[in-house]
Amino acid sequence: MIGFAILAFFQLVGWLIQRLTGLPLPANVIGLLLFIAALFLKWVPLHKVEETASFLLKYMSLFFVPVIVGSLAFFPYLREHWFVITGSGVISLLLPLLVTGWLVQSRIQARNNRQQKENAHVHRS
Amino acid sequence: MSIAADPLFGIAVTVIVYALFLWLQSRMSWVQPLLMTSAVIMLMLVILRIPVEDYQKGGSWLSFLLGPATIALGVPIYKNAEQIRRSWRPILGGITVGACCGLLSAGLIVLWMGGTRDMAWTLMPKSATTPISMEVSRLYGGYPELTAVLTVLTGLAGSIIGPPLLRLCGVTDETAIGVAIGTTSHGIGTARVLKDSEWMGAVSGFSMGLTGIWVSMLALPLHLLGL
Repeated sequence: MIGFAILAFFQLVGWLIQRLTGLPLPANVIGLLLFIAALFLKWVPLHKVEETASFLLKYMSLFFVPVIVGSLAFFPYLREHWFVITGSGVISLLLPLLVTGWLVQSRIQARNNRQQKENAHVHRS
Repeated sequence: MSIAADPLFGIAVTVIVYALFLWLQSRMSWVQPLLMTSAVIMLMLVILRIPVEDYQKGGSWLSFLLGPATIALGVPIYKNAEQIRRSWRPILGGITVGACCGLLSAGLIVLWMGGTRDMAWTLMPKSATTPISMEVSRLYGGYPELTAVLTVLTGLAGSIIGPPLLRLCGVTDETAIGVAIGTTSHGIGTARVLKDSEWMGAVSGFSMGLTGIWVSMLALPLHLLGL
């Protein structure tokens, strides 16, 4: 229960900050950033929140059900615009997927090659 | 007043149907509890002529929990930070480029195909994890409910075609696959790669959290630039 209280506390603080400052970030993201900071600063011990967090993350998809059911109202909109939505949806999934994959792999390979060369150099000298 | 107007109805029906599909998923791995539960409830509401507003009296109790669940994303980020630190440059670079690329391509393609700005903002945040994508959509004039559905569909598609497509295109490094999946397919993709390896799941979980933060931050300058 203390874990849930801690998470709710950061959610509340994020919401308050968003309300008071008008910061253009989702209130939950402000709460998340503060929570991460609190974990790194050891203000919140990991073991106090770990159990609640893993429960919430494990069953997170349950909390989306009402949201998706709410999309019933958008069926006429979807029927009208499905072509644009599908087109943009598919391309904007595949493009970043491949770009990110290639980029990270090439950077890691470049770094490994560099390290190998350095190691070889150390061995020779 | 119909019995469905009591909050108990929405909560109980959702939890029961969801638990049923979770159980089915443990026997048949292709079962998708989220999509199937939503579909069953939608059908039920339509067939029994129950107004969506009545269902939402209970439903909103459940969707409220998305708040604490978003904060909880901090835990996997914190736990994997030490391991991630060893190759932080490629990982951070990949997430940043991937998040930008996803936001921009989604928005520009919608506008290029003749869509409206509200449609662009409905699609743009969809590579972030759902509670964040919904909020970004709401903040900049998209339709949050539609963003939620599209986010889930994106995650589902990415988790199915992502890993084989990446390998087909020559991406075999586990870290690279983890970052690519986490950046585009959030939690659903993360759950998928976690089945293959613990490390890929950790990298993907980290990428998903950071993508959520990046997307919500990058959205503002794009909005100011007139998108």
